[in-house]
Parts: sequence; structure tokens; C-alpha cells
Amino acid sequence: MTVVFYLIATLTLAGGLAAVLLKHLVHCALAVTVAFGGLALLFLSLDAQFAGFAQILVYIGAVAILIVFAILLTRGSELPKDGVFSRTWLVGLAIAAGVFSVLGWAVLESAQSLPQQSAVPAVTVHDIGNALVGRYVLPLEIVALLLTAATIGAVIVALHEKDGAQ
Amino acid sequence: MITTMDQIFVLLQHWIVGFLPAFVQPFAAVLLSVVVIICLFPALFALAVWMERKGLGRMQNRLGPNRVGPFGLLQPIADGIKSLTKEDIVPLSADTPVHFLAPLLLVVAAFMGFAVLPMGRNMVLVDMDAGLLFFFAMGASTEVSVFMAGWSSRNKYSLLGAMRAVAQMISYEVVLLLSSVAVVMISGSMSLTKIVEAQNHYTWGMPHWYIFTPWGLAGFVMYAIAATAETNRSPFDLPEGESELVAGYHTEYSGFKFALFFLGEYLAMFSISGLGTTLFLGGWSAPFAFLEWVPSWIWFFSKLMMSIFVFIWMRGTLPRLRQDQLMNFAWKFVLPFTLLNLMVTALWRFMGEGWERWVVCSAILAVVWVVMGRVEMRSEHFGPRSYRYAE
Repeated sequence: MTVVFYLIATLTLAGGLAAVLLKHLVHCALAVTVAFGGLALLFLSLDAQFAGFAQILVYIGAVAILIVFAILLTRGSELPKDGVFSRTWLVGLAIAAGVFSVLGWAVLESAQSLPQQSAVPAVTVHDIGNALVGRYVLPLEIVALLLTAATIGAVIVALHEKDGAQ
Repeated sequence: MITTMDQIFVLLQHWIVGFLPAFVQPFAAVLLSVVVIICLFPALFALAVWMERKGLGRMQNRLGPNRVGPFGLLQPIADGIKSLTKEDIVPLSADTPVHFLAPLLLVVAAFMGFAVLPMGRNMVLVDMDAGLLFFFAMGASTEVSVFMAGWSSRNKYSLLGAMRAVAQMISYEVVLLLSSVAVVMISGSMSLTKIVEAQNHYTWGMPHWYIFTPWGLAGFVMYAIAATAETNRSPFDLPEGESELVAGYHTEYSGFKFALFFLGEYLAMFSISGLGTTLFLGGWSAPFAFLEWVPSWIWFFSKLMMSIFVFIWMRGTLPRLRQDQLMNFAWKFVLPFTLLNLMVTALWRFMGEGWERWVVCSAILAVVWVVMGRVEMRSEHFGPRSYRYAE
């Protein structure tokens, strides 16, 4: 378990670091995909099948493709002349360290306040499905409504051309 | 005897694994199944290529391959040797690591789908609780490798082909997922073995396959359309439209890397046909109750090869679509109809047993099918196309 965890963690971190450090934007997008894959493997190694496969399906199958499309359609795939690193990287580093410390503090604190569970809870996809359309049906519907609104909005933005053209 | 024939591969696996010490047995059993899958499907690939070339030849009133071996049966071996011995050309300006990785990732992702397909009674590599989700997750990751292939080649035809392929695959993946959701709604499980078992019942000697219900038939038609588009097969083979894009995203690949793309395309066809068989055509169950003595794996693979034959038949029959037709078809006809099918499936579920639900569900689907087809045809302009950028 621990060896597998360290392997996956190394892969994920390497992907994330490469996404920040590589020069070419498309390479960065592919490195982010590696990091997404590493996260999915982490979920799977924790026996969270649904979360793991949903991570692959949504993040590798859709989000990574979306990023790539955005890069190619905005001509960001050409290398900028004055380097890709921002001059305010020190501020960025400080903000990132701050966010990381707050998150890490929250995780470490919550581990103590939660009851210690000796057995791993067996949550099947069946249970998740029942919970989603049973107890959590209202949040699910709200999310669905929000996404539908976002889709319609995107279509309206894209429609803003002279009609008649195919 | 009948049970032995039905379970012959499972028994063989147990027999071989039995020779090994106990602590390696679980690992060896999995390894053996993986090796069988990795050998079997490329062999089927060779057979399917021969079938396609012969079948297309007959449809176009020519002979097809007939020089290597009887009826040209050894042609795939000759092709394999040829692609192995050809020079591996990488363009000078190509992005070498990405260019190298793309075909490998494509083939690996294509192979992964077979892990959850039940190919016979007790013949499934991993019986996952979320098998269907796993299958689609693996299918979705082929898009990234297609993009990698097209982008890293530094060729405008490759890039155009890749963009077309990715746009098409994303559009039709929605339909593929939603048409399968109908099956999950009725069977109440995402495990593919449970879905097959739910269909493996007989009334008056006829099977309870999902294709023999109104929502199942509609779902299967939508699934078949989406599967054809997802595997980039004709009439949806625009990403490799040779008249305009040379060969699409694999233009700049030669030798065995090209063969890997070819293999990946056929593996995707096999796995998506296998999933369609499992979801709608009863998987490994026999078509009639009195044929249940035939081993289950024979049924699975005959249904699979029948689907491959339909793919070839369509390629020999239908002309290629245009890009805008492809997208309009996906978003304005197939997707709404699939969404409606979901509603009809829910109705079917809650109307309970009886003949009423057959009438109501069939009527809704048939009326909407006809009306939607008519309306779409009316708004279609059969004139010269207006171009926005190229005039």
C-alpha cells in the first residue's frame, strides 16, 4: 500500500510540477493530464471506484481536452518571446504557500476531530446512486439546473453572429 | 459435457494455474487472462481486416486479396511483416516524445476496455461494480492520445484530423453514455455481468434481451450510431477523410506505429461492439431457449463478429457525411432523441408489468421519431453551401 502510494504520489507531483515548469503550453496541458491520472489512481488505491473513474472520465476525457482546445483556438500554442514565467512569481509562491498551509492545517485538524474508524467503509456505486437520487436529490437538481443554464448561456454567446451562415 | 464445453476456458485456466505454488496463483490467474486477451484480439483483428478487405471487395465487384494463401487468408501476416520491416519515419519538426507516446497510449487504452467485458459465463477479467463507468473512462482517454498524435506531427492535415476526431468523439460520447444509462436504469446495476444476467431469462423460448423492448430498440439504434462515430468508422470517418486530409491524425506515422493506430481502431471497434452486445443483445446468452446448450462464449463472439460485419457493410454502403451535417445530426437529432428515450425508460419502469407500457412507450418513440425526422428534413436546405471564411 505505502509503496503504491508513494509511486502514485510521485507521478502526480511530477505531473503537476511539469505543468507549471514546462515552457510549451500544450506540453503543460499534457502534464496536467498526467497529474489528473495520478489523482484518479490515488482514488482507486483508496477503493473509491466511482470517484476514480469519474475523475478519469471527466478530467482526462473532458477537462484536458477543453484545455487543449482553448490553447489551440486562442493561438497560445506558439512560444512567447519573453519567456513564460511571470515576473511576480515570488508573490505567486507566497500565495500558493499560504493556501497550502491553510489546507494542510485544516486536513490535519479534521483528522483528530473525526471518530477513528478501524474498518474501511464499503461504499458501492449502488449506494452512491441511491444517495444521489434519494437524500441528495435537491443539490443534484440544483447542480443540473446550473449546468443547463451555463450550457444555454454558452450557446447564446456563440450565437452572436449574423444568421444565415451555417 | 455441456457444462465442460461452456466453462472450458475457465477450467483450462484453473488447470494451468494449479501447477504453480499457492502464493502466486491469484497473480498468475490474472496474468494468464491478460495474455489471452492480448493475443486473442489482435488475432481477431487480423481476421477482421481480411473480412473487411474481402467483403468490401465483393461489395465493389472486385476480388479483394487473393494472392497470399488460400482466399488471401494469410494477407494479414504479410501486412504485419511489411509494417514491421518498414522504416519508422519521424518528421524533423515533430515533437518526438509525444509523437512516440501517442500510438502506445491509444493501444493501451483500447485494450483496457476488454477487462470488464463478460465474454462468456464466468469469463470476465475483473467483475467491477462500476464496470460500465470503467469502460467509458478508458474510452474517454483515447481522445487525448488522438490529439497527441495529431498535434505532435506538426502537420496541418494531422492537426485538422485530430481536431475533427476529438470534436466528433466528444459529441458522440454524450450519446453513447446516455443511451447506456437507459440500460442501467432498468437493470439497476453498472456491473456488466449483472446486466447480462438480467437479460438471461426466457419467456416462451424467447430471450429477455433489452433490444426487444421499445426503449431498448431506440437505445440500441442510438448506441450503434454513436459507436460508429466514436470509432471513426464510415459514414462518420471524417477525421481520416482521405480525399481531404490524407489520413488525418496518423498521416505522419509509418511502419509499425501506423500499424498500432490501425490496431487501436479495430480494438476500439471490438470493445464497443462487445459493450453493445452486453448492454442490448444479451451478452453471452443464447438467442433461443433451446439453443442454451451451445457454449456461451460462442454466442458472445458470434454477436461480436456480426456487429463487425455490420460495420463493414455500412462502410461499403454509405457515403461520408460533411462536418456540419455530422455535428447537426449529433446535437439536433441523436441527443434529443436519446434524452427522450431516458424519459420513456423511466415511464417503462414505473408503468409496471402489462401490455399498456408496450403500446404507450412504442407510440411515444415512433411518433417523436417521425415528427423529428420530418421537421429536420424541412429545415434542411438542399442548395449550394454558404461558406463563412472561404469564398
